[in-house]
Parts: sequence; C-alpha cells; structure tokens
Amino acid sequence: MTALWLLFLSLGAAGVALCLARAAAGPTTPDRVVGVDGTVTISIALMVLLSSFFDRQIYMDVALVYAVLGFIGVLAVARYMERGV
Amino acid sequence: MYIFGQVLIGIGTAFLFLGGLGIFRLPDVYNRLQAGTKCTTLGAFSTILGVGFIHPNWMLKAIVIAVFILLTNPISAHALARASYKSGVKLWDKSVVDRCKEFEECQEIPKEEEG
Amino acid sequence: MIYIAILTVAMLIAGLAAYFFRDLIAAVVACAAVSLIASVLFYLLQAPDVAMAEAAIGAGLTTAIFVIAIRKTGRYEK
Repeated sequence: MTALWLLFLSLGAAGVALCLARAAAGPTTPDRVVGVDGTVTISIALMVLLSSFFDRQIYMDVALVYAVLGFIGVLAVARYMERGV
Repeated sequence: MYIFGQVLIGIGTAFLFLGGLGIFRLPDVYNRLQAGTKCTTLGAFSTILGVGFIHPNWMLKAIVIAVFILLTNPISAHALARASYKSGVKLWDKSVVDRCKEFEECQEIPKEEEG
Repeated sequence: MIYIAILTVAMLIAGLAAYFFRDLIAAVVACAAVSLIASVLFYLLQAPDVAMAEAAIGAGLTTAIFVIAIRKTGRYEK
C-alpha cells in the first residue's frame, strides 16, 4: 500500500522537477513563467495528496490558499508584458 | 470507494507527469503552454477528487479547491499566451496556422477600402 | 528527508538565478519560485500555518508589487 503512494508521489515529484528544469533553462521569459505556473499547479495536487498521506485535514488549507492566490502573480506578469515591451 | 479513489489518483498523477514532460520537451512557448495547461489541469482535478473519494469527510473542501483550479488555470494560460504573442515571441518553424495574424490582416483590409 | 535536501538545493539555485538575471521580470519569476519552494518546505516540515502565510504573501503580493515597481522604472538592469 505504501509503495503505491510512493509511486504516486514520485510521479508528481518528477513532474515538478521537469517543470523547474524548464523554468531554469527557458530561452525567453514566457518560458520561465510557463514553468513556474506548471510547478504551482502540480504542487497544489501534491499538497492535497500529501495531506491524505499524513492524514490531516488542516494541510489542505495551504492548497486552498495557493489555488485562490496562485494566479495573481502570473496575471500581473502577463499584463505587464502585454502592455509594455 | 477506496479503490475508485486510488484509480483516480493514479490517472491524475500520470497526467501530472505527462504535463511536466510536455513542458520540458515541446519546442515552443505555445506548445508548452498547451501541454502545461491541459495536462496539469486534468491531473490536478482528478487527483484532488480522488483524495476526496478516499476521505469522504473532506469532499467539500476538495471540490472547492478543484473548482478554483478549474477557474483560474485557463485564465492565467490565456493571459500568458496573449502576452507572449504581443511581446513578439516567434512561433515554431513547423507551425502551420497563425489565426491571430490572419485576423489582423482581415481587420486591415476594410479600412483600406474605406479610405 | 532526501526530498528536503533536493528542495533546499533547488531553492538555492533559484535564489542565485534571481541575483544573476539581467531581465528583471525573469528575476521576479525566480523570486516567485523561491517563495513557492519555501512554502513547500514549510509544508513538509509540518508547519501548515506558516506555509499558508508564505503562500499568500509570496505568491500574490510580492510578485504584483514588484511588477508594479518595474513598470514605474525600467525592465533591464544596466
């Protein structure tokens, strides 16, 4: 049973690692923003999965805050790049 | 119910991994944005609902998180795609369709006829 | 435990990237990545309320305020 949970967590962690690699190596600035945005979304899912793994409901509140507020930064950067340079 | 939740979590994490692989491997900003948005939205949605099926007391909060992801993720992706097109990021060499450029050309022609 | 070590190294790399970028928008994105990894570290060290505050401030407020400041001044560092 624990091996199955570790498989799920390892798949998600591999996704996070690939997104962070793209955010580190992207040629242009929107590539980096795409990488960080994908990292945020995968992290929300992994936080909910870890709250089920630790068996505590209070850990889901962090994922809720990220789901509500996580897109404001990306939206601000997108608005700047659309209007500015 | 437990088995069904685990099947949903398995599908979701597989899609999360594929989304990360698509972000890493695809050649262009727009392709990466498409893979990153679709795969990670479906993967996060399925994973969160799977956790909600495993623990039925947490179902309400899980549904709230899933609905917020479903609302906010396409908004940020759309804004980012439009911003990267306006700021002059080139398409990939083998891309065949550029609807935004076609639309702007269609917008320019009636003005010349009026003048 | 190995995940915490890997995340710490990734946070260090993101902080160095935020220091060395000439494009300030990319530096702001690197700052957002540092905040995200710090929040995940707080989460893994079992402090969910600190992680919640870090998420609210780092993901929302800091990035928006930095972008507003860059709009007032200039994008590229001389």
